[in-house]
Amino acid sequence: MMNDMTRVERTVDSKAIKIAANNVQVHYGDTHAIKDVNVEIEDKTVTAFIGPSGCGKSTFLRCLNRMNDTIDICRVTGDILLDGEDIYDKRVDPVQLRAKVGMVFQKPNPFPKSIYDNVAYGPRIHGLAKNKAELDEIVEKSLRRGAIWDEVKDRLDAPGTGLSGGQQQRLCIARAVATEPEVLLMDEPCSALDPIATAQVEELIDDLRKRYSVVIVTHSMQQAARVSQKTAFFHLGNLVEFGETGQIFTNPEDPRTESYITGRIG
Amino acid sequence: MTDISQSPGASSAAKPKGSLFDKDARTKRRNAAEGRFKLYGIAAIGIGLLMLIVLVTNIVTAGTGAFQQSFLELNVELKEDKLDKKGNRNIEDIKKVSTFGYAPLIASALESEVQKLGIQTDLKPKEMGKILSKAAQAELRNYVIANPDEIGKTVSFRFLVNSRVDGYMKGRVTRESIANDKSISVAQLDVVDQLRDSGVLYKAFNPDFIFGSDASDQRPEAAGIGVSMLGSLFMMFVVLALALPIGVAASIYLEEFAPQNRLTDIIEVNISNLAAVPSIVFGILGLAVFINYMHLPTSAPLVGGLVLTLMTLPTIIISTRASLKAVPPSIRDAALGVGASKMQSVFHHVLPLAAPGILTGTIIGLAQALGETAPLLLIGMVGFIASNPPDGIVAGFLSPNSAMPAQIYEWSKRADPAFYERAWGGIIILLIFLVTMNTIAVILRRRFERRW
Repeated sequence: MMNDMTRVERTVDSKAIKIAANNVQVHYGDTHAIKDVNVEIEDKTVTAFIGPSGCGKSTFLRCLNRMNDTIDICRVTGDILLDGEDIYDKRVDPVQLRAKVGMVFQKPNPFPKSIYDNVAYGPRIHGLAKNKAELDEIVEKSLRRGAIWDEVKDRLDAPGTGLSGGQQQRLCIARAVATEPEVLLMDEPCSALDPIATAQVEELIDDLRKRYSVVIVTHSMQQAARVSQKTAFFHLGNLVEFGETGQIFTNPEDPRTESYITGRIG
Repeated sequence: MTDISQSPGASSAAKPKGSLFDKDARTKRRNAAEGRFKLYGIAAIGIGLLMLIVLVTNIVTAGTGAFQQSFLELNVELKEDKLDKKGNRNIEDIKKVSTFGYAPLIASALESEVQKLGIQTDLKPKEMGKILSKAAQAELRNYVIANPDEIGKTVSFRFLVNSRVDGYMKGRVTRESIANDKSISVAQLDVVDQLRDSGVLYKAFNPDFIFGSDASDQRPEAAGIGVSMLGSLFMMFVVLALALPIGVAASIYLEEFAPQNRLTDIIEVNISNLAAVPSIVFGILGLAVFINYMHLPTSAPLVGGLVLTLMTLPTIIISTRASLKAVPPSIRDAALGVGASKMQSVFHHVLPLAAPGILTGTIIGLAQALGETAPLLLIGMVGFIASNPPDGIVAGFLSPNSAMPAQIYEWSKRADPAFYERAWGGIIILLIFLVTMNTIAVILRRRFERRW
C-alpha cells in the first residue's frame, strides 16, 4: 500500500525510470533477507538506501548487478528490470550486466597493480580502446571523473595500493566509471574514509549524477541527506518508505522511519 | 561547604588496596607460569638445534671422505703388439682386446715404478697389483678406446687404488683391522706406505663420485652418484610437467568454480587424506597400473616420475588451495564489479597473487618427491645398478635407472665399508639439492610476494 502512495507522489517527476524492482525476495539459505521489495530508481539521480545494520540494503544493492550470484546459497525471486529488461532472465550474461551496472565497494579495493592498470583493466577486457592512445585517453578521462587525476597524473605507474584511503576509493570510482556504466552502485563508499576524503567523494557523487544513475548505501543519514535526491528506508528486510529525500527526512510517513531518523531505533 | 571540605577525606578513604610497586600473589603466579612456558619453548628449540648440529656434523664427517679418492700415478707403456696387433688403429679391432689384455701392461708399469723408486718387497707382481682397483684395467681400456692414437706411446695414467688401500690412506683401515682381511696384507701396506712417501700415491678430489656411475660390489672406489642423479632429474621433469599443471588446475576448479555440495566435500576430504597416505602405497599403485597394466618399462624414470606425481599432487593441491583462499575476496569482487568474467578474475588477479604460495608449495612437493625412496622400491628403481649413463633424452626417461635416495639406500646395504662412506657422501649431495630447492622456494616467495 505504501509503495502505491510513493509511486503516486513521483508521477510529478519527469525523469526516466532506470531500474524497476518488482516483488523482489532474497533468501540466504533459510533466512529471508529481502521481503517483497518494490522500488523504482531514476536515471541521473542519486538514490540513497538507508537503514540499520542487517536490514538488507547492501543485499538488495548487490541484487542490482547480480553480485549475489557468487554466493551459492543466495536465491533471488521477483523481477528487476534495467531499461525494461529483466536482469535475472536466463539469456542475460551477468558479466555483460556488470559492465553496464558498475560497483564501488565499502572497503577501497584497488588491484595490486599500477594506477594506470587499475583504471585500464575494465576497458581492456571489454575492448573499449582500439589502441594505446585511446586507452590513455579513457584512463585520463576516468581519473578526471574520479576527481583524482591531478593527484596521480605524475605517478600513473605507482601501485594503486600505495595511495591513501580516500585516494584509493576515488581510484575505485574512476575504475568503475572507466567501463562507461549506466548505473553506479556504491556500497557504503565512505565508511572507511576520514571526513575530508568523505567530503571529496560526496562532491564527486554529486558530479557523477550528471551522467549516471547512482545508488548509494550509507549508514550516515547526514550523507544521505547531503548527496541524494531519493531515499529508501529499509528495515528488517522490508522497504519501509521510499520518496523524495527532503520528504523522508522532514516529514516521514511511517513511524519506523521517523524513529530511525530521530535515532530511536538503529 | 562542609561537604566540600570533607570530600578530600572521603577520597582518601577509597585509597588503593595495595601499591603498584608490589606484585600480588596472583600476578606472581601468572608471571611464573609465563616464564615456565618460555623456558619450555627455548628448551624444545634448543634440543632441536642440538640434534640438527649432531646430524650435520655426523653426515659431514662420515661423508666428506667420499669426495676424495686415492690415486696411484703410473707410467704405462701402451704396447702396440698387445693392443693393436694389426697396427691400423681400427677401433673395432682395439675393442676386441678385453680388460684382461690390459692387466699385464698395468702390472709391468707398477713393477717398474716400484723398481725405479727402489722399494724393497717380497710381493709377487700379481699380489702387488692388488693394490690397484679392479676397475683399473677397464679405466685404461676406456682411455685407449677413446684415444687410439696414444697406442705405442708411454702415458702417465692415474689409477684408482683398491678400496682397502683407499681406506688405509683415509685412516679407515689400519694395520690391526686387516688381520682377518683377505683382500689386503701388511706387506702390501708396506709398499703403499713407500709409494705414498714418494708422492705417486696420493689423495685427490674425485669428480667421478659426483658425475660417475655406480659400480659393482667389488669396486666401491669406482662408484659414483652421477647416473642416479640424472635418474632423479628426469623424474623431477616428469613430476613438474604433470603435477604442477594438474594440481593447479584442480585446485583452481575446486576453489573457484566447483559448486559447494556433498560431492566436492567428499573430494576435498579425500585429497587431504591422500596427502597422508604412506608413499609405499603409491608405489604399489604404480606397480599395478603403470607396469602390470599399462606395461611401461620397469625401473624407468618415467614410471618413477608418474608414481611420484601421484604422491606430490595432494601436496600441491592443498598448498595451492590454501594460497588461493588467502587472496582477499575484495579482489574478486573488484574484478567482477568491473565486468570481468569468473575466469578473467581468477587468471588476471587471483592467480598472480597466489603464485608465490603455489610456487613454494610446488617446490616443497618436488623436494619431498626427490627424497622419496619407498615407492621406487616397488617399481624396481631401488636395487638397479645404474652403471651406464642414459643415451639421450628418450633413453633418459625410458631406460632403467636409479634415483639418488635409492642409490644411497643401495650403497648402505652393501657389505664393504667403503660403500658406507659413499652412502654418507650421497646424502650430502642429496641434502645440497634439497637445501638449494628450499632456498629457491624462499627466494621466489620473497620476490613475488605482493601486498594488498
